[in-house]
Amino acid sequence: MEALIHHIVGKYNYWLYIILMMIGLYAMIAKNNLIKKLVGMNIFQTAIILFYVSIGCKKGATIPILEEHGAHMGAHTIKVADYINPLPHVLMLTAIVVSVSTFGVALALAVKIYQKYKTLEEDEILMRLREK
Amino acid sequence: MSQHYPVLLVTVPLLSAFIISGLSWVKKSLCFPVALLALGTSVFCAISLLFRVLDLGIVEYHMGGWMPPWGIAYRVDLLNALVLVVVSSVAFLNLFATHKSVQRDFPEKMGIFYVLYVLFVTGLMGITVTGDVFNLYVLLEIASLTAYALIALGQPDSAPLASLNYVFIGTIGACFYLLGIGYLYIMTGSLNMADIASLLPPIYHSKAVLVAFIFCMVGVCIKMAFFPLHVWLPNAYTFAPNPASSVIAPLMTKVMVYVMIRLVFSVFLPDFSFHVLHIDHAIVWLSCLAIVMGSLLALNQKNIKRMLTYIIVSEIGYMVGGFWLGNRLGMSGAILHILNDAIMTLCLFLAVGNIAYKIRGLDFVHLKGLFRKMPITMAAFVAAGLSVIGVPPTCGFFSKWYLISGAIQAGQYGFMVALLFSSLVNVVLFFRIIEIAYFEPMETHHRVVAMRDVMEEAPLTMLVPLLIVAVSLVAVGIYSGNIVTHIILPVLPKGIG
Repeated sequence: MEALIHHIVGKYNYWLYIILMMIGLYAMIAKNNLIKKLVGMNIFQTAIILFYVSIGCKKGATIPILEEHGAHMGAHTIKVADYINPLPHVLMLTAIVVSVSTFGVALALAVKIYQKYKTLEEDEILMRLREK
Repeated sequence: MSQHYPVLLVTVPLLSAFIISGLSWVKKSLCFPVALLALGTSVFCAISLLFRVLDLGIVEYHMGGWMPPWGIAYRVDLLNALVLVVVSSVAFLNLFATHKSVQRDFPEKMGIFYVLYVLFVTGLMGITVTGDVFNLYVLLEIASLTAYALIALGQPDSAPLASLNYVFIGTIGACFYLLGIGYLYIMTGSLNMADIASLLPPIYHSKAVLVAFIFCMVGVCIKMAFFPLHVWLPNAYTFAPNPASSVIAPLMTKVMVYVMIRLVFSVFLPDFSFHVLHIDHAIVWLSCLAIVMGSLLALNQKNIKRMLTYIIVSEIGYMVGGFWLGNRLGMSGAILHILNDAIMTLCLFLAVGNIAYKIRGLDFVHLKGLFRKMPITMAAFVAAGLSVIGVPPTCGFFSKWYLISGAIQAGQYGFMVALLFSSLVNVVLFFRIIEIAYFEPMETHHRVVAMRDVMEEAPLTMLVPLLIVAVSLVAVGIYSGNIVTHIILPVLPKGIG
């Protein structure tokens, strides 16, 4: 039991991202409304962003801005453990841009679908398509 | 100048996309020449890069002068040089061939179409040329986003919905790939392919590496429409406008097969993929299923374009299965089939584009008597059909030959049977169309004047590229021996028997 609690509490960031990801995936599969599906997609992408951001974290570390610079550089050794890893955060800036643009394209498509069918419920649209 | 070819391949189309989007406000007729010029430059760079790699070996390019593990490196060996030539030439030929139908079908959206087209090619080129796993993700999303938009330009009834479904599934695929990279990054602290490959061997038995491998592979399999994950493909490609589907269909899935091969060869290494994990048999059986189901679903279709999309699903099974046979013959067959399938699919879709330019509707009933009306287009269609079936002088035969020999050598008789079965089904599929188009009397009820025996071909600018592609089907077939010995065999890692 204690090992289990340790397993859950010690790695809570992974559990959180998995839960979020599953919520998103569930919405994408099970929801009937296209906008709800889109929101699910966004939650899914956000979960992965959370995962990346959390892996850069270190206990007791600070933001990665070096105070010593110029001629003094190299005189001090920089302790890696004192600074969080900025690379995953930078990667996620790109991933956020990607996710925003995906969301934009998807919303534009949803608008087009709404203009055509006057509804965003998937079953109604499919019914309308089958009638033809 | 020539050392900058790897980066010019990507930046020239990228920057020209901005120029085209500006021009589309000023003068629409200039969009096409600029796009043609940009992709022409890419073709030139890709071909000279291939020769350079053949002469000098691997070409590396460090973005902004940053050395590899920190900066983004472009790394071109024979495998991606070959794929680059395929991508750039297919995109160039298709751009030229479809100009007339773009002008006719959506004149007011011409500027947007060319911007998206050029960006799509940029994405694919970048995926192929890059040596950095995260860079690959970004370029993959560029290619996918533009593909979604290109598909949505199609039939207003169904294209947006098909495209939206593609967005959902494509996003899941790309996110899985991103997650896989995340686990690789946790384990190695690097994003450079060569660097990861050198850091991985001591930790092959770690569960995180296994999870990374599974996520990357599932993500790539979704994007390439490997059988149980193929559901987005038929609708998306059928409802896409013809000028767009004839570039997306030959390239997108094949580039994703290339990504799978690249991940196994240069990131996880064949040692891990084949010897540590014992999944090669399972994947070969899955691809047997892909081949058989793709063929059977294709038999069930009444629309020629839809039928072709299911043929793509089964061809993906050829390539994935052939690669996971794990021997030199199977792998060369799979890589050769990337080239061949791109040419065949381009030829088929260009022919369908020509048909759609002249007749309304692509259901089988509309094709009656088409041989008399469009003899040249139908001749090219038949040539591509024969190549898909695998009739000797055409290129499809040779890759199938390698795949089947590989299957026999690996003792995977199920894969061999699946290949032969799908060839037989392809015979039925194409001869059914030939029968309808050749023997059935011409459909006249939708025209006032009876048009028996009147030739009404597509314009010359559409026919010439189609004929070039049809001739290259045979030419690539004849030279496939040279391609395999000089380009494909040197790519395969040493450990493969």
